[in-house]
Amino acid sequence: MDVKQLFNMLKKAQEPKGYYFNNDMDMTMPLLESLLINKERFGYMACPCRLANGDFDADKDIICPCTYREDDVKKYGACFCALYVSKDFNEGKIEKTVVPESRPPEKILF
Amino acid sequence: MNDIKVYALSTCIHCRNAKKYLDECGVKYDCVHVDQLSGDERNDVVRKIKEYNPAVSFPTIVIKDKVVVGYHKDQIDEALKGE
Repeated sequence: MDVKQLFNMLKKAQEPKGYYFNNDMDMTMPLLESLLINKERFGYMACPCRLANGDFDADKDIICPCTYREDDVKKYGACFCALYVSKDFNEGKIEKTVVPESRPPEKILF
Repeated sequence: MNDIKVYALSTCIHCRNAKKYLDECGVKYDCVHVDQLSGDERNDVVRKIKEYNPAVSFPTIVIKDKVVVGYHKDQIDEALKGE
């Protein structure tokens, strides 16, 4: 699958749920490319902005779309990566902020 | 200006943007791509990042004694000025 196919596939699946791709394509396209890199590396699309453990079960919470997306988009208008955002975010109705990490650090195995 | 360390992920867009900004500022820094480490090396680095940033999120940028978590231009500017 290439990045355009992934874009189209996810857009179709996520937009009806109220999650839109960040309209800043300089963010969105590299993030989608990174998702494909992680799929190749781990076998699943781990969040590109988080340190994956490389184990499906240990990374379940950060497989995109991650478990933290819902709350983050509600609170900040964007997920941690800012790949998925709300309509208001894209329309410039809310201030763009850096979304803090909400994944508990204990989830990182070391 | 040589004591700048960037803990980053090779796939992370915020990390990439932060590094680009540091480049634009003309400062030299040392970057560790934590996702490209393994075994003890990874563990040691994660442990170290935890001391700077308990959330172990990326980028974690250490500019002398200041720690900037995430891509915050203003905080980077401030930390660079403080040098």
